[in-house]
Amino acid sequence: MSAMMLVVVIAGRRAGIPALAVNSVIDLASITPVPRAAPHVAGLAALRSRPLTVIDCRAALGLEPEGDVAARRRAVVVEHEGHLYGLLVDAADAIVASRAEADPMGADPGPGWRDVASGRIETEAGALLVLDLAVLIQGVGARAAA
Amino acid sequence: MDDLLTEFVAETREMLGALASEIVAWEADPADRARLDTIFRFVHTVKGNCGFFDFPRLAALSHAAEDALADVRAGQRSADRRLVDAVLAVLDRIGAMIEEIERGVSLDDGDDEPLIAALKGEAEPADAPASMPAGSAPVSPATAEQRTIRLPVELIDQVMSGVSEMVLARNDLARRMQAMGGDCGLEAPFSRLSALLSEVRDAITRTRMRRIDGLFATFPRLVRDLSADLGKQVFVELENGEVELDREMIELIRDPLVHIIRNAVDHGIESPAERRAAGKREAGLLTVSARQSGNTIHIGIMDDGRGIDADRLAAKALAAGIRTGEQIAAMSREEKIELVYEPGLSTAEAVTAISGRGVGMDVVRANIEKFGGSLEIESLPGEGTRFQIRVPLTLSILPSVTVEAGGQTFAVPRSYVEEIVSTAGGNLEFDEVGDRRFLTFRGRRLPCISLGETFGLADAGEDAALFMILRLGWGDFYALAVDRIFDHHELVIKPLSPGIMQCGLFVGCTQLDDGTPVLVLDVAAIGYGAGIPRELRRPGIAAVAAAPAEREALRVVLLNGLDGERRAIAMSAVEQVERVAGTAVRHPGPGARIVLGEEILPLAGVSGTGDLPEWLTVLRLGDGQRRVAYAAREVLEIASLTGAVSPVEGRPGLAGVTLIDGEPAELVDCHALFARHANAAAPALSCRLAGEADGWMRSFLGPIVEAAGYRIAGEGEPADIAFIEDEDGGAAAGIRKAIRLSDRPEDVPGAGIYRYDRAALMAALLRAGQELAA
Repeated sequence: MSAMMLVVVIAGRRAGIPALAVNSVIDLASITPVPRAAPHVAGLAALRSRPLTVIDCRAALGLEPEGDVAARRRAVVVEHEGHLYGLLVDAADAIVASRAEADPMGADPGPGWRDVASGRIETEAGALLVLDLAVLIQGVGARAAA
Repeated sequence: MDDLLTEFVAETREMLGALASEIVAWEADPADRARLDTIFRFVHTVKGNCGFFDFPRLAALSHAAEDALADVRAGQRSADRRLVDAVLAVLDRIGAMIEEIERGVSLDDGDDEPLIAALKGEAEPADAPASMPAGSAPVSPATAEQRTIRLPVELIDQVMSGVSEMVLARNDLARRMQAMGGDCGLEAPFSRLSALLSEVRDAITRTRMRRIDGLFATFPRLVRDLSADLGKQVFVELENGEVELDREMIELIRDPLVHIIRNAVDHGIESPAERRAAGKREAGLLTVSARQSGNTIHIGIMDDGRGIDADRLAAKALAAGIRTGEQIAAMSREEKIELVYEPGLSTAEAVTAISGRGVGMDVVRANIEKFGGSLEIESLPGEGTRFQIRVPLTLSILPSVTVEAGGQTFAVPRSYVEEIVSTAGGNLEFDEVGDRRFLTFRGRRLPCISLGETFGLADAGEDAALFMILRLGWGDFYALAVDRIFDHHELVIKPLSPGIMQCGLFVGCTQLDDGTPVLVLDVAAIGYGAGIPRELRRPGIAAVAAAPAEREALRVVLLNGLDGERRAIAMSAVEQVERVAGTAVRHPGPGARIVLGEEILPLAGVSGTGDLPEWLTVLRLGDGQRRVAYAAREVLEIASLTGAVSPVEGRPGLAGVTLIDGEPAELVDCHALFARHANAAAPALSCRLAGEADGWMRSFLGPIVEAAGYRIAGEGEPADIAFIEDEDGGAAAGIRKAIRLSDRPEDVPGAGIYRYDRAALMAALLRAGQELAA
């Protein structure tokens, strides 16, 4: 059976999130900033009555911010260790079927990406980098510091 | 009291149910230590709970079982067949008694002696297993008619979160309707739906939450009885009883709290003589406080007693073989104190009926940790011991104040907010020490912390105009500068993800009615993080001595006296305020007394029959041991005594006159009040308790009679009033009035008062006193 992958765009690059891990894809109305939080934590939002920790994926990758963070509203909602997270992405549109199991990464995908990649997967839409949600949520910078 | 009793019955029955399987297993293997401990805890808890109620048989049985099991635990006795049988019989009998208590049948004086003897290993338990209390009817299936049901908490959680979602959906709908503008014909059904939803929300919230003061309210009595038994004097100070927490959690913390308080009174606080010798006030101080901090409730129990003797604990541990000499030599004082958690270790010299033999702390901690809480002990020799219990609040309503700083909204738990002050009034004083600003508040210099600055947001700096005076646990204060203060809210607090918790400034988040998430501040972390000092408010000798000097303004209760005068009474003396019918007052005038519930108290503030209204407000004043009632027309408000008190001539009972809010008020002299009413005016009437032989009178009736202000006369001594037993016949010589008691509850004409009918007893005593006085 082939796994379904959600194709997201972060910093202009495509990547995949296992569709089973995705709760929903929403456009956030507003984000409440959290003072003194890690830079990749964009703030708090609410999914109905549950709080949603909003992660700026670009910052989580350790990439320079580009464009207006506030303008990005599309978020992929995932649940991780009992908490809901909203991953801010440039776009999240297609769900594609994979053609095979995920493979090791192989060639280095470059700074930032190499830390959040759990592998590479062949899909109908071509090869996708598979995001490691735990690392993304923790932030690459945080992990490097730890 | 009825609530307590119902809870006691429910709790005991539940524990018995849970024990059923343990008992069977223990029977199969009496050497099973864990099972033995469980059963031991049960009888210990039952014994402890009996302290609240009049169940002598239950107390005697559980005490005997506890003694026997303690011997087994200590290895002084083996759990042989006979002991196991006897313990099982006791558990059965406790179960049967609980059924009777629940059905409202008063327990008769069944004979438990054979069972108790069997427990002591003295006799063969002839009819022990499954025996019923003598004379009781077989247990009827009346228990099937319970009016309450027990629900799994998850179910309530589920309903609660469903209701929260509905509220948000309703708010969304409201916004959309507003956007449509004007008449869409849905307003009426919508507002109906809205009202219903609010009702449901309140109801479902109430099912879980309860104020902790219901639990706290039982402590003064508990401490009073304990300290009276022990010949000690203990003041109880309760703080922040309005904190609410889960019903279930209250049940869970009840036993641990009672245990700790018993221990504190029994072992912690010294006798008056010892305290005097140590340079302390004779009366010990026991403070019980509650505070909510995010998803945690902190409950503190602090005494100013002798503290824990770490070295003696260590020596005991060594003697008991729990630790080796080497281990002890390597231990710090804190580690030695931790030894109190070792099972079977106690520094108490004597085994008392009150806190027993070291069952306390191991069980207490196990019970607290079982539901995810923690227990910390801090102790300074000679200065006292402080216990801090933290219990989680899985789903809690947090009364909060919402504030704005740097353009963002935050919530502050209301339990921390002492007061909100503003420079607008123009009377705030600031001092700069280095970069730190200090605000002078009620004679104290409090460090100021700017919320905006702490968060790196826009900061009002020196223009800050609004300050929240926050009080952290144990008396550390600071002033938090904010830009705006919005409103009080009852907020449902939710946990934050670990990534946000990491920054350590928030305890959770919540949503306003429109669904916007709001962060809840951890004001303790913000305060300590910004460098305010931790000054534990230790009740040391120095603090006690210095207290009057730097004391904050005295808080007083302002009232309208029966004569129409404005009066003030120190708030710390007021225990309770209630409305009472004028008919409850006897002998209006200087010797007035009043019947309040089951108590007869001297009543001050009433000069004659003339000014007795139909209903009056009565303040129960207490000094920790004695109570005096004070009559008033109404209670006006609570105020701070700021102005000077000028003495008045020729008005005994008044400390002076002072200005409160610009109007004169007479300050009641509590000292004179208690000196006159509680001691000198205690009736010179003496009361003899005939039939001392069975000890019941002395031990059961004696304390009540003494508490009502009568002196107990010795055997054969002439007395004004005597209690005599029914079959005793006529009054003995030298007695002016006799009150006959019956040991049968039925109302037999000509028979005496049923001896457990407390209200009737008190009434008879009062009547006899009045007739003698007339």
